[in-house]
Amino acid sequence: MKRKASVLPGFKLSLGFAILYLSLVVLIPLSAAFLKTFTLTWAEFWQSVSAPRVVASYKLTFGASLIAAIINVVFGLLTAWVLTRYRFFGKKIIDAFVDFPFALPTAVAGISLSAIYSTNGWIGSLFEPVGIKVAYTPLGVVVALTFIGLPFVVRTVQPVLEDLSAEVEEAAASLGANRWQVFYKIIFPAIWPALITGFALAFARAIGEYGSVIFIAGNMPMVSEITPLIIITKLEQYDYAGATAVAVVMLVISFALLFLINALQWWSNRRLGHTAS
Amino acid sequence: MFKYLISLTVALLGAVPITVSAETSILNVSYDVSREYYKDLNAAFITYWKEKTGETITVNQSHGGSTKQARSVVDGLQADVITMNRSPDIDILHEKAKLIPKDWQGRLPNNSVPTASTPVFLVRKGNPKQIKDWDDLVKPNVSVVIPNPKTSGNGKYSYLAAWGYVVRKGGDEAKAKDFVTKLFKNVPVLDTGGRGATTTFVQRDIGDVLITFESEVFLIQKELGSDKFEIVYPSVSILAENPVALVDKVVDKRKSRALAQAYLEFHFSEKGQQIAAQHYLRPQVSATQDQFVRVFKPLELFRVESIFGSWSKAEKTHFSDGGVFDQIYTR
Repeated sequence: MKRKASVLPGFKLSLGFAILYLSLVVLIPLSAAFLKTFTLTWAEFWQSVSAPRVVASYKLTFGASLIAAIINVVFGLLTAWVLTRYRFFGKKIIDAFVDFPFALPTAVAGISLSAIYSTNGWIGSLFEPVGIKVAYTPLGVVVALTFIGLPFVVRTVQPVLEDLSAEVEEAAASLGANRWQVFYKIIFPAIWPALITGFALAFARAIGEYGSVIFIAGNMPMVSEITPLIIITKLEQYDYAGATAVAVVMLVISFALLFLINALQWWSNRRLGHTAS
Repeated sequence: MFKYLISLTVALLGAVPITVSAETSILNVSYDVSREYYKDLNAAFITYWKEKTGETITVNQSHGGSTKQARSVVDGLQADVITMNRSPDIDILHEKAKLIPKDWQGRLPNNSVPTASTPVFLVRKGNPKQIKDWDDLVKPNVSVVIPNPKTSGNGKYSYLAAWGYVVRKGGDEAKAKDFVTKLFKNVPVLDTGGRGATTTFVQRDIGDVLITFESEVFLIQKELGSDKFEIVYPSVSILAENPVALVDKVVDKRKSRALAQAYLEFHFSEKGQQIAAQHYLRPQVSATQDQFVRVFKPLELFRVESIFGSWSKAEKTHFSDGGVFDQIYTR
């Protein structure tokens, strides 16, 4: 097999390093989780991962993560749009605010959110009269996951929007496209891949989130218990194998979903052409 | 430059073990809410040891959720002593890693239990829902905050106390099960730990009653003043024992057995017991107990073993996956 010569030297060395690095940081710890589950028989494994409480937690974790990621796609895109397209006083500061959920320890985020959204909190007390409880319900889980996922969408879409030159839109407009057509035919195809990437990152982050959610979820079995808490609970009982079994199920579902999202992105890129290069 | 960096790294790596001198420091791996108690106890022990031997020592502390702490020791954290709020979290050192002998509880006075606490009730000022005893907690419209028994020792004790209350009143297993089911139907939030439950009750205004350790209840009153909450002692509760143990494999390796043993014995000394009482932990050495009758209301307390046989039986029946606690929610 003939390898195409690259202008950059050191292909073998850098590839070797990349694989070693990935193995040490990602693959070996993950394979340890898989290996631990092999100490279970199939029946034990199935019992661990299919108990009603565990199944209810999958639904909550994946459902709430999906809703949170969708909310973030809509409002993250809006935020990125405002930050790239308009000039206003204090823009730099607002831009910096976006990164807060990255930097804040998740436990602090969880405690702050539960303080604000509980029935005696600033926002929670507004919802209380209409009979909506946010903190200590599944809705609280969505709030926490939306909070931690926001920067992913904004930060992936923002650079693409910045690169998108206004001339293209002006050209479209001068050729008779209305505003909606400019957005739909010019801007959207360009930012679509970045938007999907942001969605996938926010979604994946939400699935694994523990620290912020446990403070606001209420953690009631069958209602507001997330899967990472189920894993912690099993560890608390020194049930290492049971914990890794649930973790493996989460990993497999997450991997399948992320694979699906990547496939969607690949498919849409082919269909729409490589507008965002 | 590169060579310099390598030699620097090697030097640094090599230097680390040298700075740790084996016998003048010990590590105490403990549970989450014992920080303040050990701060005082360690200071007193260091003074005591200095007077006795002339040696200046350090006691390092590690705090965290008790099961997580025990797991760290099993996985190799070099703890000379382990101080927990439930004996299963020390038993695991024998079961998983053979770090200690099976009969570790027989090695120190009072089954290796220097201090204890007990779940009691904290209600809002004026006791608006008239909570007097366990029976009042299962009434409709009473909301009770208890930490999750699956993740918290505190929650386990509260659950077992409620069960034991029914049994001691002459109820059978079915009655007890019915009682805890009703009790947990009244629980709106299951925090993962005792402190979390305190925050929910105190800061978020959720619940009419908080069930937590007496030591925590006193601490809440001390921090927030006694004008917001009232303590209610139920007619009967469970004795939540805080056992301590020497980690044999570690002290033999680090040659710190004598120091670690003296440190644990200090827990049982009069001074050690007094410090515990100052932190609202019930002293378990009878000579000291009498001094603090004023602080700690005499209460009918039963041990886990007397109702449930053993901790491991209690865990298996009630808190394992699919156990009685899970059935409350899945039935």
